[in-house]
Amino acid sequence: MHALYDLAVGPLAWLAFGVFIIGSVYRLLAMRALALRKDGAFVAYVSWPHAFKSLAHWFTPFGALGWRENPGVTIATFIFHICLFLVPLFLMGHIVLFDTFRGWSWPALPDGAADVLAIVVVVICAYFLWRRLSVPEVRFVTSAQDVLVVSLVGLTFLTGVLAYHRIGDNLVLTTLHILSGEAMLVAIPFTRLSHMLFGVFSRGYIASEFGSVRHAKDW
Amino acid sequence: MSTIADRLIEDEGLRRGVSRLTPEKIEKVFKELIAGECGARLKTYVESCVRCGMCAKACHYYMSHKDPSYTPVAKVSQTMWRLLAAGGRVEPQVIYECAQVAYTECNLCRRCIHYCPLGIDTGYIISVVRRLCHKLGVTPQYIQDTAHSHSAVLNQMWVKDDEWPDTLQWQEEEAREEFPGLRIPLDVEGADFMYSVIAPEPKFRTQLIYQAAAIFNAAGLNWTMPATPGWDNSNMAMFTGDSEIMSRVERAHYETAQRLRVKRIVMGECGHAFRAVYDVANRWLGWKWHPVPVVHSVEFFWELIQQGRIKITHKYADPVTIHDPCNIIRGRGLMDKLREVTHFLCENVVEMSPNREHNYCCCAGGGVINCGPPFKNVRIVGNSIKAEQLRATGVHTLVAPCHNCHGGLEDIISKFGLGMHTKFLGDLIYELMEKPEAE
Repeated sequence: MHALYDLAVGPLAWLAFGVFIIGSVYRLLAMRALALRKDGAFVAYVSWPHAFKSLAHWFTPFGALGWRENPGVTIATFIFHICLFLVPLFLMGHIVLFDTFRGWSWPALPDGAADVLAIVVVVICAYFLWRRLSVPEVRFVTSAQDVLVVSLVGLTFLTGVLAYHRIGDNLVLTTLHILSGEAMLVAIPFTRLSHMLFGVFSRGYIASEFGSVRHAKDW
Repeated sequence: MSTIADRLIEDEGLRRGVSRLTPEKIEKVFKELIAGECGARLKTYVESCVRCGMCAKACHYYMSHKDPSYTPVAKVSQTMWRLLAAGGRVEPQVIYECAQVAYTECNLCRRCIHYCPLGIDTGYIISVVRRLCHKLGVTPQYIQDTAHSHSAVLNQMWVKDDEWPDTLQWQEEEAREEFPGLRIPLDVEGADFMYSVIAPEPKFRTQLIYQAAAIFNAAGLNWTMPATPGWDNSNMAMFTGDSEIMSRVERAHYETAQRLRVKRIVMGECGHAFRAVYDVANRWLGWKWHPVPVVHSVEFFWELIQQGRIKITHKYADPVTIHDPCNIIRGRGLMDKLREVTHFLCENVVEMSPNREHNYCCCAGGGVINCGPPFKNVRIVGNSIKAEQLRATGVHTLVAPCHNCHGGLEDIISKFGLGMHTKFLGDLIYELMEKPEAE
C-alpha cells in the first residue's frame, strides 16, 4: 500500500497534472482551430462585451431565467462549484504537500471551514445522484458517464473527509483519495467535465449572437 | 418512460422517405454531414452538455405534456446523440423518429437558451437533424410541398408569375374604392423601400396587402412591390433543412431589392421570414450583414409613429395582450418597439407572464404548423401552457405580429375555448387610423 501511495503522490501526480494541463490546453486550441475552420459564419459575430455581460448574469445566482426557474439546482450548483475550487486549492493538507515537494506555499482555509465545505460537496454530489436517478426529466437523459463523473467527484471528497477525520484505514483512504482526485483531473478535458473548459465559450458565443445580431438578452 | 417511438404519427412523406433508406446509406450521409458541415458548435454542445435537465421548463411541449421525452435535452438525446453514438449507422425507422422529433416537436424558438447555463443552442442541433433528414429525403409531406414550391416558383404557395401582379392590381382596385388616389406601386426603381410579404398573403390573406397599402398611402410613403419573383420573403426550405433552396429564395429576394435600387426592404408581419432574411440565409450566402437593410413591420410602424406619419382617430378600447413572437423578439429584440406601438394604438394593454424574451412559443413556428394536419393535434395539445398563459390575462384581443403565431394561437384559442381573437398591428392601425380620402 505504501508503494501505491508513493506512486500516487509521485509519478501519477505528475501524470495527472500533466494530462490535465496539456490536455486542457490542447482541447481548447483544437476546438478554436475547428471553430475557425468550420464555423466562420458564426465566429464572425463573437462580441466580447456581450459575452462578458451575459456571463456576469449567468455567474450570479438567480441572475438568469434558468436559474430562477430551478431554484434547488441553482443553489446546489453554485455552492458545489465554489467549494469544488475552494477546498482543493486552499486546503492546508494540500498546501503542505506543495510546500514539502516544491517549496510553494499560500494562505490556507481554516481546517474546520474546509472540512465543512468538503462535507457540503459530498452532500451535493449525493443530491445530484439522487436527481439523476429519480427526477424523470434528468433520468431520461442520464447515461453511465453522468453517474460516473459525479461519483468520481463525490468519492474524491468523501475519501478526503474520511481521511481527515481518521475514520477507517488512513493509508488506504488517503491513497484512494489521491487516486480518485487524479482520475478527476484526467477526466476534465475528455468527459462531460469539459464544460469547465468550454462552458464560458459556448455561453459567450450565444451571448454574442443574441447581443450583437439579435439585440436581445440571453439570460 | 415513453419515447418518440411510442407516439409515431403516419406521414406519407416520412414513410416514403425511410422506405428508400438502408443503414449503409444513412451512415454515409450522416458522416458526410458531420465532416462537411458541422464544426466546433456541435462538438462543444454534445460534449459539454451535463444533462442537468434545467432546460425542461423552457419548453412548452414539456410544460404542456409533463413528459420527460419532450424536454429540449431529451429531443437531442433521441436524435443527435443517438446518431452520434451509432456513428450514423441506424435502421431507417430511427430516421423516421428523428424526423418526427425534429420537424414536429421543436419550434426552434430558442427559449431553452435562457435556461441552459452553458448556452447550448438546442435549436441549432435540431436544425442539423433536419438537415440530415432533408439530405436523406425524409421530410413531412406538407412542408416538403412548400419547399418544392419555393424551388419551382420562388414562393411558398405555388403563386404563378402572372397571378402575383394580378393580385396586387386586384387589391389596388378594391382599395381605390375606399381611397381613390391609392396605388400599389409595382417595380418602381429608386423607391424608399421595397415591401415584401409571405406567399400566403396573395394566396388567401389579400386583406393584409390591402391594409398595408392603405397605411402606406395614408402615410404618404414612396414605396414599391416587385413585379417579379423575389417578392416572397417566406422560406420553408430553411425549416426543411434544404439550405440550397433557402439561399436561392433569399438571393432572389435581396437581388430584387438591389435591382429596384431601393434604400431598404420592409417586411410584413411575419417572424420566420424575418429570421430567414435577417439571420440565416445571409450567412449561407456569405454576407455577414445584409446587402440591403432589412426592417420588420413592427419597427417600421414604430418609425412611422415616431415621425407622426400614422394618425389615429381613437384608441382601441378593449383591453389587449401582446404575444412576443420568437423570431422578432429573441431574434431581433423588438419587444420595446412592439409595446410602444401597441400602447400608441390601444387604451389598455395587459401583459402576459412570462413575456418579452421569456415568452412561451406559439407552437406553430419553426415549420411545425407547415407539417400539416397529421401533426396538428400534437402541437395544439402540446401548448396547453400557452392557453393557460393567455387565459390568465382575461382579455379578448391578442396582438401577435407574426403569421405563424396567428395560426398557432388561433388553433389554441379555439381548442381551449379561450374566446379571444388575434390581431396584427396592421389590422389595428388600419381600423384606427385617420382615413382622409375616405370621406
